[in-house]
Amino acid sequence: MGRGTTADVDPPRPAPTLSGALVLCLVALAFGAVMVGPYGLTPGQTLAALFGQGDRQAQIVVWSIRLPRVGAALLVGAALAAAGASYQALFRNPLVSPDILGVSAGAGLGAVAGIFLSLPVAAIQASAFVGGMAAVGFVTLVASVVRNTDRTLTLVLIGVVIGALAGAATSLLKVMADPYDQLPAITFWLLGSLAATTTEDILPALPMVLIGLVPLALLRWRINVLSLGDEEARALGVEAGRTRFFVIAAATLITASVTALAGVVGWVGLVIPHVARMLVGPGFGRLLPTSALIGAGYLLIVDTAARTIAQVEVPLGILTAVIGAPFFVWLLARGRRGWS
Amino acid sequence: MLEAQELSIGYGQVAIGTGLTLKVAQGEILCLLGPNGCGKTTLFRTLLGLLPALSGDVLLGGTPIASQRRAEIARRIAYVPQAHAPPFPFEASEVVLMGRTARLGAFAQPGRADRVAALAAMARLGIGDLACRDYSRLSGGQRQLVLIARALAQDTPLIVMDEPTASLDFGNQAQVLAQIGALVRDESPQGRGVILSTHDPDQAFALGARVLLMHRGGVMADGPAAAVLTAANLSTVYGIPVTVETTGSGRKVCLPTLDRQVTPSETPRAIPVA
Repeated sequence: MGRGTTADVDPPRPAPTLSGALVLCLVALAFGAVMVGPYGLTPGQTLAALFGQGDRQAQIVVWSIRLPRVGAALLVGAALAAAGASYQALFRNPLVSPDILGVSAGAGLGAVAGIFLSLPVAAIQASAFVGGMAAVGFVTLVASVVRNTDRTLTLVLIGVVIGALAGAATSLLKVMADPYDQLPAITFWLLGSLAATTTEDILPALPMVLIGLVPLALLRWRINVLSLGDEEARALGVEAGRTRFFVIAAATLITASVTALAGVVGWVGLVIPHVARMLVGPGFGRLLPTSALIGAGYLLIVDTAARTIAQVEVPLGILTAVIGAPFFVWLLARGRRGWS
Repeated sequence: MLEAQELSIGYGQVAIGTGLTLKVAQGEILCLLGPNGCGKTTLFRTLLGLLPALSGDVLLGGTPIASQRRAEIARRIAYVPQAHAPPFPFEASEVVLMGRTARLGAFAQPGRADRVAALAAMARLGIGDLACRDYSRLSGGQRQLVLIARALAQDTPLIVMDEPTASLDFGNQAQVLAQIGALVRDESPQGRGVILSTHDPDQAFALGARVLLMHRGGVMADGPAAAVLTAANLSTVYGIPVTVETTGSGRKVCLPTLDRQVTPSETPRAIPVA
């Protein structure tokens, strides 16, 4: 488990070693992912192309097609897992995923509206981002009006309501969309894919994710305390309402940015934090980086499979569900409390 | 240290208690007694500033609690909730370490000094060996001691405990009570103040506590245990005949009369025993 067995004043420090190992794995995975594909490359060719040498065509494949896609998979996986770990701690529930407050439903509606209006790709992504942020903003606004002593439960329930409304609007647009041109694009987007990702798509998402990670990293101790519940956190000296607002804002920014980039990719933010918690325990300071690293590697593997296992691209959301669902059942069956 | 004047407590428009006046100083134990639903927990939440008072003032260190930030309050008053299970398997020492939060900046992590304080608090309660155990798998009594250790690590002049012995077995109850008594007595120079609620009036005698007896949303009596916990007061508050007796060792105990319903006319016919 990598956790100390004897009382010690100095904090247990298995995380740096583990993080180092995870980073090495990620580099190896990324290198392997750059090699495989319809235009197969040997390790030598790949290395040469990375340093701008050798076969011209290999260089184009590596730099214009494979690297943007590998980068996007790493970014999306890390972001979703980090946001999932944050939401799970905040809502004190290990069954929570990054779309708990309706960010996926909102982003989905935004993107579908963009596709329906035949907007350019960049505008569709912007629309998805705005939709995701707006949905969560709306949820927090409505929750602040509703008088209920349990703020957390109120947020989750209103998240369900807003998510359902956005889902209904999305369905309406699907009914009205052109079945030959727009509907396939909508369906593909709602299942998540990195098939058409270019460097230009990644560049706006990357700074958003980094900006969102900053408050999560800074507030890591307070997030631990918040996971005891509002009342206890307040009695321990935490301004629970304000802290929760910042964490929600940060995690939503992260989720909305990568959902705009990749579409709706489920399960990563739900399952990966559990794996990370098994490795380093629930302390958020170690959980956040570990989740991000494992999430990055996981989505890279899944996305590489999505583009290589069949003649056509398999949507990401299908693969993550096929892998995530049984894994989650295994986690639950594993012990008295599946998340420990 | 903590003072409440003519306090009305409750949720929204519904008042649960009114006219509550109380005062706790460092170095004393105030034992809150009263039947289920008389507003003990609501009073605690109000005293901790977690619930706004409907009217009246709670003064902590001389200033109204409503005007203080959570960290300021948490440096003066620690809260020991009833033992609970957090959703994630934190180590017991991590739970204790959370008591240090009010002394850290918003973005700060607990440091070495905080870890020393947390482990010292656990050692003091004799639970140093639980430090690396999964808190969510501890027994109820162990969890309660961990939560008390957290309050010690919080290092406040005042500790509020909500039924610290509820759901503990006979032995653990005595152990927790002994620790609470020791906390108040051993502390120097001014000593620590403790407010606790309990359903067992004997505990107030055992602790030599001041007693606040609550009845129908108000304070029925406030004073030394021997003066407040009389047979008449207890019978009124709990609605059953109670006698207070002194044991051979000189401690007072409260005994409910269990055969209350058995009036002479209802006495079952004597069954002849062979």
